[in-house]
Amino acid sequence: MFSAGAESLLHQAREIQDEELKKFCSRISKLLQAEDLGPDTLDSLQRLFLIISATKYNRRLEKTCVDLLQATLGLAACPEQLQVLCAAILREMSPSDSLSLVWDHTQNSRQLSLVASVLLAQGDRNEEVSAVGQGVLRALESRQPEGPSLRYLLPIMAKVVVLSPGTLQEDQATLLSKRLVDWLRYASLQQGLPHSSSFFSTPRARQPGPITEVDGTVATDFFTVLSTGHRFTEDQWLNVQAFSMLRAWLLHSGPEGLGILDTDDRSEQEGSTLSVISATSSSAGRLLPPRERLREVAFEYCQRLIEQSNRRALRKGDSDLQKACLVEAVLVLDVLCRQDPSFLYRSLSCLKALHGRVRGDPASVRVLLPLARFFLSHGEAAAVDSEAVYQHLFTRIPLEQFHSPMLAFEFVQFCRDNLQLFGGHLGTLRLSFPNLFKFLAWNSPPLTSEFVALLPALVDAGTALEMLHALLDLPCLTAVLDLQLRSSPAPSERPLWDTSLRAPSCLEAFRDPRFQGLFQYLLRPKASGATERLVPLYQLLQPMASCARVAQCAEAVPTLLQAFFSAVTQVADGALINQLALLLLGRSDSLYPAPGYAARVHSVLSSQFLALCTLKPSLVVELARDLLEFLGSVNGLRSRASLVTSVVWAVGEYLSVAYDRRCTVEQINKFFEALEALLFEVTQCRPSAALPRCPPKVVTALMTTLTKLASRSQDLIPRASLLLSKMRTLTQSPATSSMHSEEGAEAICTRATELLTLLKMPSVAQFVLTPSTEVCSPRYHRDVNTALPLALRTVSRLVEREAGLLPG
Amino acid sequence: MLSAGSLGKEGFCPSERPARRGSKHQEMQPAPGSHSTALDVSAPPNPTASAGARARDRLAQAPTGRAAAIALLPPKGMLVGSLRARKEGTHPGAMVHAFLIHTLRAPNTEDTGLCRVLYSCVFGAEKSPDDPRPHGAERDRLLRKEQILAVARQVESMCRLQQQASGRPPMDLQPQSSDEQVPLHEAPRGAFRLAAENPFQEPRTVVWLGVFSLGFALVLDAHENLLLAEGTLRLLARLLLDHLRLLAPGTNLLLRADRIEGILTRFLPHGQLLFLNDQFVQDLEKELSAAWPR
Repeated sequence: MFSAGAESLLHQAREIQDEELKKFCSRISKLLQAEDLGPDTLDSLQRLFLIISATKYNRRLEKTCVDLLQATLGLAACPEQLQVLCAAILREMSPSDSLSLVWDHTQNSRQLSLVASVLLAQGDRNEEVSAVGQGVLRALESRQPEGPSLRYLLPIMAKVVVLSPGTLQEDQATLLSKRLVDWLRYASLQQGLPHSSSFFSTPRARQPGPITEVDGTVATDFFTVLSTGHRFTEDQWLNVQAFSMLRAWLLHSGPEGLGILDTDDRSEQEGSTLSVISATSSSAGRLLPPRERLREVAFEYCQRLIEQSNRRALRKGDSDLQKACLVEAVLVLDVLCRQDPSFLYRSLSCLKALHGRVRGDPASVRVLLPLARFFLSHGEAAAVDSEAVYQHLFTRIPLEQFHSPMLAFEFVQFCRDNLQLFGGHLGTLRLSFPNLFKFLAWNSPPLTSEFVALLPALVDAGTALEMLHALLDLPCLTAVLDLQLRSSPAPSERPLWDTSLRAPSCLEAFRDPRFQGLFQYLLRPKASGATERLVPLYQLLQPMASCARVAQCAEAVPTLLQAFFSAVTQVADGALINQLALLLLGRSDSLYPAPGYAARVHSVLSSQFLALCTLKPSLVVELARDLLEFLGSVNGLRSRASLVTSVVWAVGEYLSVAYDRRCTVEQINKFFEALEALLFEVTQCRPSAALPRCPPKVVTALMTTLTKLASRSQDLIPRASLLLSKMRTLTQSPATSSMHSEEGAEAICTRATELLTLLKMPSVAQFVLTPSTEVCSPRYHRDVNTALPLALRTVSRLVEREAGLLPG
Repeated sequence: MLSAGSLGKEGFCPSERPARRGSKHQEMQPAPGSHSTALDVSAPPNPTASAGARARDRLAQAPTGRAAAIALLPPKGMLVGSLRARKEGTHPGAMVHAFLIHTLRAPNTEDTGLCRVLYSCVFGAEKSPDDPRPHGAERDRLLRKEQILAVARQVESMCRLQQQASGRPPMDLQPQSSDEQVPLHEAPRGAFRLAAENPFQEPRTVVWLGVFSLGFALVLDAHENLLLAEGTLRLLARLLLDHLRLLAPGTNLLLRADRIEGILTRFLPHGQLLFLNDQFVQDLEKELSAAWPR
C-alpha cells in the first residue's frame, strides 16, 4: 500500500542531484562491468529505475552506463530480473538519442522481446518500428526448431502492425497469414509434456493426455483458446497468441486495410468468388490463397468458439473467458463479412441462434452489443428483419442494467460509434432516449461527454420538447432510479445505492398507487409524446435531493442543456422555437430541488432564451401574451433574476416594428405598464433575510427597456422620465441604501441619468436605442454624416454635460 | 565510492537542498518535481510543442488520399495498410497503449497529497513528431509523462465520484488484514473515453479498477474488446496484489519494478490482450513464481 514512507521515497528519488546520480551510475557501471549479477546489482537497478521513472524531466546517464545496460540486456547468462530492469530503465529514458540497441537474432526470444520493447518506445524517429517488424519476420521465416521461440515474438508483430501499418510487404503479409492459419487450425490436440520428468516416473505417467473442453470432456475438434489441459505445447501457446491478434491482423490485411491499387481490388473480388465456391466443400479450402484461407480458418475458429461457449465451464475464470470469446468471435465475424460477403449467409443462422441464447441470460448481456452491431452492419444485406434485436436491446437492457458502469459506457459508446449504421433504425434509437437517459442519470461523470457527442443525433424536431423536459428532470430520474433499485429484490450481494441515505417517505411514495402514473412516466422506456407535470414528485422526493449521485447528475445538466440547444436550433422551425421558448420560461420555476441546481440551470436557460430570440426575433411579438404573463408572476423573481433580465432585455430589443411589422402601440404600452409595475415592485419591496437582494442588473435592465419602449411610443416619454428621476432619487436616499451595495446604487443612478438625458431628445433616443439594421453595414461606419460613432460621441457629450451639472 | 547501502533511506536524500537552479532543464521546468496542472498536458512549457500543434504539423506534412498511398509505396512490393486507411479510421487499433498504477486519495478527507503515478508502462510510443528543434526527445518524454499523469488524475476523480455516489465509506488506506482475499469483482471500476489529441494523438478508452488506495488502469485503443480488457485488468491487479503483496503493511512497489515487469511481459506482452483460460493463467503464474520466488 502507498504509505508516507513511499511518498518520501518518491521525493528522494526526484530530488536526487546530478552529481549524486553520476556517482551512483559509476557504481552501477562497475557492478555491470564485473558482470556481477547478484542482489547488489538488482537492488541498484531497482533504485535507478525509480530515479528515472519518478520524474517527468530527463535524467542524464553516463554513456558507459547506458552502454552497459544495453550489453547486460544481451548477456545470455543474465537472470530475468536484471534483464527486465535494464530494458525498463532504457524504456523509461526513451526517446533517447544515445541508444545503440539493435535487433540481434542470435539472442534468445525473451531478450529479443525486451529489446523490441525498448526500440518500440522510441517514437519511430529512426524507423525502429519497421526494423523490429523485419526482425520478427526473419524469425517467422526461419522455421528452425532451435530458432527463437515465436511465442514471445508474435505480440511484437501485432504491435508493429498497429504502430506502423505500412511496414509489411505483400509477401511478408502472406507469410504471416500462412503461419497464423497453421497455429489457429492445427495446434496439437495432445497436452504438452512436463518440463522435467523425473528419472523414476513411469513412462505411463509421462504419456500426455488429450486436450479437454472447459466442461472437462475430451475435446471434440481442433484446439482453441477455450481448450484446456494440464500443460500446453508451444503451438498451443501460439494458438492463443494468434487468436489474440487475429482481429487486428484481419483488419490490416483486409481490402480496406490495404493501400491497394485497382488491380489488387480485382484479385480480391476474384478471391471472394472462389471462397463462395469453396465454401461448399471444406477440403477445397486448402487450395485458397493465404489471405482467403486465413479468413476461412478464422470463420471456423469463431464458430467453434461459439459452440464451446455453450458448455458449462468448471472454473469461474473460464466462464468469464467464454463471454469475452463470444464478443471477440462476433467482432471477427463482422470483419469477415465486411471483407467477404459470402460469409454472411454462413454466419447468420449461427448468430441468430446465439442471440436467442444470450438474450435471456443477464450474465451475457455484453455480447448483445457486438451482435446488434453485426445486425446493423449486415441486416439489410442479408435481408433479415433485425428490428427485434434493437427492440430488445433498447427496451430491456437500459431498464434492467442501467446501474452497471461498464455496460453503460459500452452501450453509449455503441450508439455513438454506430450512428452512421443506424440508417432506417435511427428512429428506434431516437425514440429510446428516455431509456438511454437512465444510463446518463445513473453514471453521469463518465457519460456526460459521450452524450454531448450523441445528442445531435438523438435530437429530432418531433421529440425535442419531450427531451428538454427529460433533461431538466434528469436529477429527478436519478432519484427515482435509486428508489427503483431499493425497492426491487437486491440484484447483488452488495447494494448499489447509498445505504447511508435513508428516505422511508420516498420509498413509501414510490409504492403509493396514487403516484404510480408519474413514476411510470419518468421511468418510461420510450418517448411517449406526452408531457406530465412532475411537480408533485419534486416535493415527495425532496429528501433524495441531497444524495451524491443526484448532485453529480445535477452538475452535468447545464452542459447537456447547452449541447441540446445547439443541436435543436439546427432542426427547429419557427413554431418549435416558440414552443421551446415557452417551455423554457415555464420550467424555470418547476425544477427538482437539488442544491444549487436551479441557479445553474437558470443561467443556461437565460442565455439560451436570448439565443432563441436572436434566431427568431419575432417570437417576442408572437409570444407577447405569455411574456407578459411571465413578467407578471414576479413572486419567483429573486431566484430567476438572470432569466428575468434576459426576458426584459429581449423585450426592449425585439419589441419593435423593425423586427416584426405586427408589433402594435398597444403591445408596447402593455409591456411598458407591466415592466413599470415590475420595477416598482422590485425597488419598493423591503429587503429581508429570507429573500436575496434584487441584483442591480435587473433594475438597470428594466430602466433601459422602459426607455427603449418609450422611445418607440413617444406618449410614454413623460412617464418614463418621471420614473427614471424617481429611481435616481430613490437610490440616493438613505432609506433604500441597504437594498443595494454602493456600486450597485451608483450604477443604477448613472444609468438613470444617462437615460433621462437621452429621452430629452426623442429622435436621438430612438436612433441610439433602436438602431436600424443598417448599423451592421460598413457604410454606416465609414460615412461621416451617418456614422454611428459620431452619433455616439454627440450623445456622450450631452450625457457628460448633464452629468456634470448633477449635484454632488 | 558509495557504499552498498547508499541511496537507501538516507542515501536517497542526503540533506535538504533548495530546488535545482541553473540546470540544463531550466527553460522547460517550473520547478523540479513540481506537479503541473492538467492544462499542462495540452500546453507543454513550449507552446509550439503542444499536442494540437503537433497534430497540425502532421496533417500539414502528410499527403492524403490515394496520392499518399502511392507516394509511400517502396520501390518494390506492395504495402499492407496505409496512411489513408489510418486517417479515415478504417483501421482501428486493437491493443493496449499503456498500463499504470497510481495512488487514490481517500475522498472527503483533508488529504492534501497529490495523485502519484507509482508505475507506468507505455507499450510502443505514439509516433514522435518530426521536430527539428533541440531537446525534441526531452519534450517528447515530458509529454508522455504528462499524458500518463492526466489519465491517473481522471481515473482518480472518476473513482472518487463513483465511491461518493454509491455512498461507500472513504476507502481505508489499509485493508483490515493482509490475508484477506480482496473482492476484486466488487471493487469500484469503470471506463471512460479520451478524445483524440486530449491527451493522446489517437482517441483512447481507459478501463480502471480501484483497490483500496491504488488505482490500476489500462489505456486502450478505441476498438479493443472491453470485456477482455476488464478481465485482464482484474487479473493483473490480482497478480500484482499477490506477487508483490501490496496489501501487507510496509510493502512498497516503488522498488520492485522488476516483478511488475515480469508480470506484464507474461500477461500483457507488448500490450497484447490475451485470451488466457484458467490453465494458461496457472502455467504463466508458475513460470513467474519460478523466476521471482515469493
